[in-house]
Amino acid sequence: MSDSTDTASAAKPTRFEPPVSDASQPFWDATREQRFLIQWCTACDQAVFYPRENCPACLGTSFEWKQASGKGTVYASSVQHRAANPMMANRVPYVVAMVELEEGIRIMSNVIDCPPDDVVVGQPVQLTWEPLSDGRNLPQFSPLQEG
Amino acid sequence: MQVSGLRGKAAIVGVVDAASPTGELELTGRALEVDMISKALDDAGLTIADVDGVTHTSSSMQLAEHLGIHPTFTDSTSTGGSSFEVHVEHAAAAIAAGLCEVVIGVYASTPRSDRKRPRGGAGRGMPPGGMGPMAEWEMPYGLQAPKGAYALSASRHMAQYGTTSEQLAQIAVSTREWASMNPEARFQDPITIQDVLDSPMQASPLHLLDCCLVTDGAGAFVMTSAERAKDLKKPPVYVLGAGTCHDHMMISQMPDFGTTPGVQSGKKAFGLAGVKPGDVDLLMGYDSFTITALLHLEDLGFCEKGEGGPFVEDGKTGPGGSLPMNTNGGGLSYTHPGMYGMFLITEATKQLRGECGPRQVEGAEIAVAHGSGMVLSCMSTIVLGTEASL
Repeated sequence: MSDSTDTASAAKPTRFEPPVSDASQPFWDATREQRFLIQWCTACDQAVFYPRENCPACLGTSFEWKQASGKGTVYASSVQHRAANPMMANRVPYVVAMVELEEGIRIMSNVIDCPPDDVVVGQPVQLTWEPLSDGRNLPQFSPLQEG
Repeated sequence: MQVSGLRGKAAIVGVVDAASPTGELELTGRALEVDMISKALDDAGLTIADVDGVTHTSSSMQLAEHLGIHPTFTDSTSTGGSSFEVHVEHAAAAIAAGLCEVVIGVYASTPRSDRKRPRGGAGRGMPPGGMGPMAEWEMPYGLQAPKGAYALSASRHMAQYGTTSEQLAQIAVSTREWASMNPEARFQDPITIQDVLDSPMQASPLHLLDCCLVTDGAGAFVMTSAERAKDLKKPPVYVLGAGTCHDHMMISQMPDFGTTPGVQSGKKAFGLAGVKPGDVDLLMGYDSFTITALLHLEDLGFCEKGEGGPFVEDGKTGPGGSLPMNTNGGGLSYTHPGMYGMFLITEATKQLRGECGPRQVEGAEIAVAHGSGMVLSCMSTIVLGTEASL
């Protein structure tokens, strides 16, 4: 990935930013291009999330990375009326949800771009991104727009 | 009666716990632990010289060194709040196998008074097991720990089964009724469903009164073989069965947000004990949040999956109900120092000995202590019984 010189990469973090583990390096690298990659076990032909060194089903180590459609549904959802940490204080109230992607994995994220109390279990959502300070992007979700 | 290698082989013979209406205790750290161990041994009529097995959530070796003993059984298993049920399970197995004869377990945590101490006192400690994946896949999103995790489970349960906030609130109301009969409970004044619903929303759908306390608290237990238990001070409380299961560590990896691994731990414990939910006189089910207790009722088989809401509606888990639950006032109203599982064991033991005064469950012969560790991650179920239950 090329080093970005835009303002985003020079900005200070506005939330807790995720560390990168060895196994998840391809995932976070792809977020720089706003692509959501799912680690895929070639032996089991199934998705693995979160990325790790071994497939949790077969312990295999042969993987490929497949791009997710970005569409999913809300599996569980909670409006946070208190900030989990000081950096989130200016976002209260905000939604933390488990989103089930079409590919079958579940990811924790935020549902944004709508009133927090409108988010319900079963609601269709689509992937969007929030820039991080180092040029990576953090997956976020918003209500699915028709059409 | 099903016979297993565990049933009735070991007994809890000494218990103590400490909490206060102020939410604070005088002692802290190791001093508080040793105070608890001394009192539990005294309760059993044993001394530290009798002890040959040590359990602890961080280092059984450090504790043994501090106590100056040389145990032949040692266990530092840490599964969060269910650690103490796991310790009882392991100790019972070790005693049954002849690895040791007298085992102690202890817990002390003073998060409330630590706020006043320089350097934060003994503190609550970080969750065991490393923060790696949690930092990468959960912490960026700002879920309040741990209450947000339980809120996600509650949201799923409501959507799946139609469980209501009023039904969850009833658990807090019934638990407070028990607390009103415990002079050591942090909160003893009755509350209503409306009080719960009117309390500030923390992480929807959980209100403040759906959440456990943050208080100082401590406790200890002593276990020994059934044979040796017969000659001690108090009536033995026998371990009839035990089971443990964990199916995730962080909440985002929970396989089914509406079902806990209590299904597996309960099945194993009840199976070893040869008892059914209908035989249970008293359930001590870890109530970190109202939803936690509701999940236990379903997953241990006291009602069908999804029926926990209607099950609690008529107050049957409160005083005078058909399934007394959390008779000390629970984590919701008695005490919650961080890892509450110890208090499930101490209260179940005291109930089976008939020592609970106004909140005594008449004729209690079989009790279940069901611990929940981390974020609904590790369930550990202990079935306890009096001599008559053997």
